[in-house]
Order: sequence, then structure tokens, then C-alpha cells
Amino acid sequence: MTQPVLSVRNLTVEFPTRHGLLTAVQDISFDIMPGEVLGVVGESGAGKSMTGAAIIGLIDPPGRIAKGEIWLGDRRIDNLPPAEMRKIRGRRIGMIFQDPLTSLNPLYRISRQLIETIRTHLPLSQSEARTRAIKLLDDVGIPDAARRIDDYPHQFSGGMRQRVVIALALCADPEVVIADEPTTALDVSVQAQIIDVMKEICARRGAAIMLVTHDMGVIAETADRVAVMYAGRLAELGPVAAVIKDARHPYSQGLMGAIPKLGENLDRLVHIPGAMPRLNAIPQGCAFNPRCPQVFEKCRTHRPAASEIEPGRRAACWLYPEVTEA
Amino acid sequence: MLAFIIRRLAQSVLVMLFVALIAFVVFRYVGDPIASMVGVETRLADQEIMRDRLGLNDPVVLQFLRFIGNALQGEFGISYRLQQPVTELILSRLPATLELAFASATIALVFGLMLGVFTALKPRGFATGLIMAISLIGVSLPTFLIGIGLIYIFAVELGWFPSFGRGDTVDLGGWRTGLLTESGLRSLVLPAITLSLFQLTLIMRLVRAEMLEVLRTEYIRFARARGLSQRAVHFGHALKNTLVPVLTITGLQLGSVIAFAIVTETVFQWPGVGSLFIVSVQVVDVPVMAAYLMFIALVFVLINLIVDILYYVVDPRLRVDGGGGGK
Amino acid sequence: MKNPTQGNAAPIVPPRPQGRLKAALDSDIFYSWRRSPVTIIATVVALALILMAVLAPWIAPYDPFDPSSLNLMDGFTPPMTENQFTGSTYLLGTDNQGRDMLSSIMYGSRISLFVGAMATAFAITLGVSLGLVAGYNGGMIDGVIMRIADIQLSFPGILIALLIFGIARGVIPANQQESMAIWVLIIAIGLSNWAQFARTVRGATMVERQKDYVSAAQIMGVHPFLILLRHVLPNVLGPVLVIGTIGLALAIIEEATLSFLGVGVPPTQPSLGTLIRIGQQFLFSGEWWILLFPAVTLILLALSVNLLGDWLRDALNPKLR
Repeated sequence: MTQPVLSVRNLTVEFPTRHGLLTAVQDISFDIMPGEVLGVVGESGAGKSMTGAAIIGLIDPPGRIAKGEIWLGDRRIDNLPPAEMRKIRGRRIGMIFQDPLTSLNPLYRISRQLIETIRTHLPLSQSEARTRAIKLLDDVGIPDAARRIDDYPHQFSGGMRQRVVIALALCADPEVVIADEPTTALDVSVQAQIIDVMKEICARRGAAIMLVTHDMGVIAETADRVAVMYAGRLAELGPVAAVIKDARHPYSQGLMGAIPKLGENLDRLVHIPGAMPRLNAIPQGCAFNPRCPQVFEKCRTHRPAASEIEPGRRAACWLYPEVTEA
Repeated sequence: MLAFIIRRLAQSVLVMLFVALIAFVVFRYVGDPIASMVGVETRLADQEIMRDRLGLNDPVVLQFLRFIGNALQGEFGISYRLQQPVTELILSRLPATLELAFASATIALVFGLMLGVFTALKPRGFATGLIMAISLIGVSLPTFLIGIGLIYIFAVELGWFPSFGRGDTVDLGGWRTGLLTESGLRSLVLPAITLSLFQLTLIMRLVRAEMLEVLRTEYIRFARARGLSQRAVHFGHALKNTLVPVLTITGLQLGSVIAFAIVTETVFQWPGVGSLFIVSVQVVDVPVMAAYLMFIALVFVLINLIVDILYYVVDPRLRVDGGGGGK
Repeated sequence: MKNPTQGNAAPIVPPRPQGRLKAALDSDIFYSWRRSPVTIIATVVALALILMAVLAPWIAPYDPFDPSSLNLMDGFTPPMTENQFTGSTYLLGTDNQGRDMLSSIMYGSRISLFVGAMATAFAITLGVSLGLVAGYNGGMIDGVIMRIADIQLSFPGILIALLIFGIARGVIPANQQESMAIWVLIIAIGLSNWAQFARTVRGATMVERQKDYVSAAQIMGVHPFLILLRHVLPNVLGPVLVIGTIGLALAIIEEATLSFLGVGVPPTQPSLGTLIRIGQQFLFSGEWWILLFPAVTLILLALSVNLLGDWLRDALNPKLR
């Protein structure tokens, strides 16, 4: 039994606002195994990105981790002092952001951004770091890397820029990469390429991926396991093939009802009537109960925890007797 | 790059022509140039001869062209009040104003930047609240009151600095500088602070707003997510991006220091171009007014031009045509 | 209702005011006003000063413009002290000519506020009209107006006001200069502040212009400019109000500065700036009250108006913090 590379335990993220406390992420637990790709899917506002931000320790104030633990290997990282956390960011956990057009500092050559990051984490000289940077660019499929390295971000196309972003995230060989909607901002024609590049380079380096997206098609083609999130809570978790074929939570069933082709948005799915509640108006009991086709009395009063319903599968739904109250 | 500079130059020339037109209209039509040059007893016929000789009866366009031609040679006529060539007058008072403006601009820039960055990096601190409150009071304080206040505290009560004048000056090949003597430097302190405060507040607020904006961008988040040090993120990445938009406005602000010097020079009886101008306005000394206007416009246009070129140097995105994809 | 087959539990939606957008807006602004003690104080101070200025002829203890009420023997009476010759006492003392400082300040604030308010009104009228015209017409007219606004904005207002003042002095015959001085000042300050308004209004107009109702109006034979006017003005009201409030503070400071420089209002109608100019002469000889009280009044006036403008900007634009 191998140890998970990343382990999230009962994570809760809260935002105090003028109108009261908002819970963006509530009581989420999951593991990521070495080299595994975990897809995290859900509508916008479901708390997927917030979970990623919590793991890497970059929740914007006044938001904060109110409860729970995050373990990287056998080290607890959610309560590290800022200086310690900086040594983990980029070095052991990499992060890829959504929009490659805005992820790169427009005023610096990418060589500078790459070398700066490499030398922050690895004891390399300027020229060694440069060699490594060129190799990285080459690996992510940038043609003529040795020459392009001294270009500015605006001289690359969107897809090429996202490859640079991937290279930057992988600079110091992290064990886990959190990819937050890595293809959403890209042209449909290059989305598949970017996913392939990311998956391949991570596989080659043995890095696990937490792939945050609202695109179930991407998950279906890429991930090993999938976590479905709804209104800040975990609805279902299990191997991708199993969840697609036989989703247990009514929300995931709606999601899987028709898996769109790569590049299609969840927003267009009309299988579940209604909309996800806003964070300040999450109903009592199961958050999904107002929209659920199989709702019954208990759903409106008691909140189900994401509990194991069969080996390797969890769901938060009162339809299953194994489920406990949160 | 060259095309860009040429376009900018052309625009600058247009602005100068526009200002020159205003200056010319002022020069030509405000008051009667002849009446102010001759005594009341001069016969009308003689006045007409003078008018002719000075070209005041020529077509307006010709007069305007002549005005520009003269201006290009630094020729703005004779001051009504002092009966001296205007250019000579301005040049003799220029060092005082430039030294004052330069000192104030430096103070405003250095402290404005430092405070702006500080308040942006610690947006919720007590010190930030205090600085922002003081800065708002600072904007509401008229410059002349700040000057009077400083004079009262530091010159009258404490006696640390002189309350007026430039102190001893040294002649360096036609440039009278107050920077080389102790009394000159001491005299500079209060006026320079007075003049700098308003710009300092503006620059500080601008830097703060821009920096807060930049700190919210994705590339700063990404830089943080890569584990770069606080210093590298704040001063390597955020600061440089802050400076790009700040550059333009700051440049213009520094230009207006020279114009704002009018008030400060009056309060401190500083013998600069500004106090020359204010006296000229009071007695309607038109040639001096026209020349001062042209001078200020020139300063602004030059600063604008320098700022534009700097902008171009700092921001690679503007250089797209130069580099290209596969250079 | 388009309810799911069995969804008898309606989704919980936060209560939302129906239709009365205006009411909600007002209450939001009121809420932010109540929550900011500084703003409340600023409002009270500003209102008190404005009232004092407006009501000066009725509530001021003396009429500083009435030479018959002046007694030179009363000169230089310190605040709240009995004058050794006449035995009179003045709350804020008297100036060199025996004028009651309190009355002078009340009348001075009246002139300062009048000039500031008129100049700002002039700047708003001019700026809003030019902005509308520029935004509506586009092309050459827009280019020329905005170019002038650009040039104007890059020069400090005080310089432009001084220049206009100087020109006016040269053009207006000497015997009318005194009576026209205030109007010259208003125009000079107004002309140096219009560009901000023009820019804001132009931007808003250009956005509205693209919308369908403008072409619809055209088809219906209504002059689109009238339609635009009706739609653009409400949209720019907020920003204009904010710029206008801060502009009022600026105009008051500008007037004070010009008067301090001796090119503002005539000495027979002293504004706060004039009073400070007079007071400055006595600072070194120890008669501090002649300078201090007008100066404090000016600062309080400018600061409170500025604070109100600042608060307005934050209240109307929550995202700017």
C-alpha cells in the first residue's frame, strides 16, 4: 500500500463578509496517489479552485482555512509558516493557472521567469539553470526552444504560452501539480494538445495531477479518478470509468447523463433543472436537495457526509444506507 | 521605434503651435504694445510709424509667423515693466526655479514611491491608515498655507532654516546655483518640501492604487505559486509592472512642479521664474506672460516626449514591430 | 412557473428588493454614510460652514464692509480679550483695522464658497456639454475637443486660471476691473477645471451611442441627441457628482490661492484667501489670530468637502474600495 502524495482531510474554507460567514469549501477529504491524475469537476463556484488555492496556501484574505488538514507525504502543510510554505510551492507542489495570457509577467523575458524560478528552488548556476529551462521548454513542445527562450510572453500564441506556464510549474520537479482549468481560456483546437503535453510530461516525471475543471469531457479522457463537487462539498468520488458508467449521486448522474465532447461546457447541460445555490443561500440538509429528482424528507434536514459506499467509491447521498451524517 | 518617435515629435510640435497661437493672441491683442512702449505725449503719427516699423500693421498670419520665428530664436520682446529683454529675464531666473523644482521632484518621487509601495503591501496596517489620512489632509491643504506653516514652525519658532530668499549663490558660467553654499542649501529645504508635498501625495496614491491592482493579477499569483520569495514577487515582479502606468502621470506631475512653483516662490520670496510671472500677471506685463507660457509648454512637451520614450523602453509589448515571433 | 416535476422545495433565493432600485441605492449609500464616523463629522462641519457663510449677513455680529462700524482703536484685539482702549471683546479678535475676525471670516467664507460653487457649476456645464458633443459626434469635433482637454489637463489649473486672469486684466477697462473681478475669477477657475467632466461624459456617451435604442430613436424620427441626453445624463450623474464635489474643494483652494497671490477677488470683498494674505503680514509680529482663524476655516472647508467627495466615490463605486 503506497502512501498518498497529497492528502486533504476535512478541509473547510471560510470567508467572513459584511453579510456573514460564507463557507466556500466544506468538509472535503480526498487523497492523491503518486503519479495519479485526480479530476475535480463541478460548476463554477462549487469550490474546486478554492480547494486548489487552499492546498498551495494562496487563499486571498480575508478567506482562511477554518478546519481540516492538508498533508504532503508525511508532512502537514496547512499550518506552515509563510517562509516554509514558499519552499514547498513550486518545489513540491506546482500550480498551473487558467489563463496563459495573464499568467506570465508581460515585462520579463520568459528566460528570466524560468531561471528565476529554477534558481529559487535548486542550487544551480545561471547557465545551468538556463540549460535546464531550455530543456523544459523543449519537453513541453516549444519548437526552437533555445532561441524562443529569450522572447517576451506577448510573442507567443495562447497555446504556446500555456506550454510555457506548464514548464514554469514543473521547473523544480514537483510531486503534485494543481492544474486549475488549464484549458478553459484556450482555443478549442489546442485544448487537447495542452492536456496531452501536461499529462505526458507529468507522467514522465512521476508527478501527480489534480486537474480542476468544469469540463467533464477532459476528465473522462485524462483522469484516473474523479471528485465531483457541488456547492463547496464533495458529492461523489471514484474511478473515472466507474463514475461515468454508473454514477451514484443524483447530481453526478445528471452530470454524466451526457458527457459532452472535449471542450464543451457544463453550463450548457440542461439535465438538471435549476442552478447551484449561492454560497450565502445553501439550503439545509443536502445542498442539492432543491434540485434533486429523488429528494425525500431526510435530505432537507440532515446533511450527508461523503462516505464509502463500496471499496474505492464515496458518495454523499441518503439513498445509500452506508452514508453517515456530516 | 523611429516612426514612433517621429509621430510623437509631430504631436509635440502641434501642441507647441497651439500654445504659441494662444501666446501670440495674448501678446498681440492684450493691451496695446505701442501704448506700453511710449509715453502718453508721443504723437499719434509717431505711434503709427512705430506700429508700421514693428510690423503691427502686417497681416495677422504674417505676424504670427514672425512671432514663431522670433520665438524659435528665443526672442520674446522687451518686458513692459523692467524694460529688459524677456529672454534674458527668464534665463537669469531660471536656475533658481529649476533647482527648486528638481529638489522637490526628487523628494516627491522618492517618498511618493516608498510610501505608495509600503501602503500597498500593508493595506490593512495601522501605519497605512495613518498615512492615507494624512495624505487626504495634505491634498486639502493649500500649498501656500503649508509654506506659511513651515515658515512659522521651522523659521520663526525654531529658527532652523531661513524664512525667505535663496541664500548665497555661486556663479557657475552663467548659472547661479544655490546648491554649493551652506546657506543656499538651507534656504532650499523649506520651499522644496512645501512644493513637493502635493505631488508626493498624488504619486503616493497613484503608486498605491496601481500596485494594489497589480498585486491582484494572475501573474503575481502565479509567481507566488512558484514559491518565489516575497521580495522577488513584490519588488521584482509587482513593482516594475506598477511603474509602467505610474511613469506617465508621474512625469507630467513633475512637469507641473515647475508651474506650481509660482505659489511656493511667492510665499518664500524665491527669485525664480514663477514669482516673475505672478508679478507680470499683476501688472499685465504681456511679453513676459507670453514667454512664460511658451516656456512652460516647452517643459511639458519635453517631459512628455521623454516619458513616452521611456515607456517604450520599459514595456516590451510596445516593441512588437521590432522583435517579432522568431527573431 | 417552470418548476421541476417534483421540486416542491423552492430554491432559497436571498430576498431582493422588487423594482425599487433607486430606494435600494439610496439606502446603500445611507448605510455607508452611517458607518463612517469621519464622513458624518465631515458632513456636519461642511453643513455648518455653508450655513454660516450663507447666513452671514443675518447672523454675523458686525458688517465688516460697513466702514462706520469700524473703530481703528479696536485694531489688533486678541481673541476673547478686552481691548484696552475701547473695552470691547471679540470672540476671535480683530484685524489691524479693528474688524471683527469672526464676521470677516463669515463673509469671507461666503465669497470663497460663492466663487467655488459658481466656478464648479460653470466647469460642470461646460465640461458636460462639450463631453456630450464630443462623444456624440466623434470624428473631428471629438478629436479637437479631447485634444484641447488633454493639453488642458496636463497643465496645472492654477496656471491656466492665472493666465486667463492676466488676459482679462489686459482686456477689461480699468474702471470695471473691480466690479468684474469675481466673475473673471469664476470663469478662470471654471475654465481650468472643465476637462475632467468632459472626459467622463464623453466616455459614457460613446458607450450609450452604440446601443440600439439610439438607432431606434433615429428611425422613429426623434433627434438621437435628445434621446442620448436623457439616457446619458442619469448614467454620468454619479461620476459627475464625485468629480464635482472634489472639484468644489479644488476650486475653493484655487480661489484662496489666487486671492493669496493678490490676483483674486478685490480687497473690498475679501475672501478667505485674502484674509490669509493680510494675516500673513502679522504672523511674525505675534498677531497670530489674524492668520490662524481664516486659515483653519479654509482648511476645514476644503477638507470636509474633500472627505465628502472621497466618501461619495467609495460609496458609488464599491469595487474601488
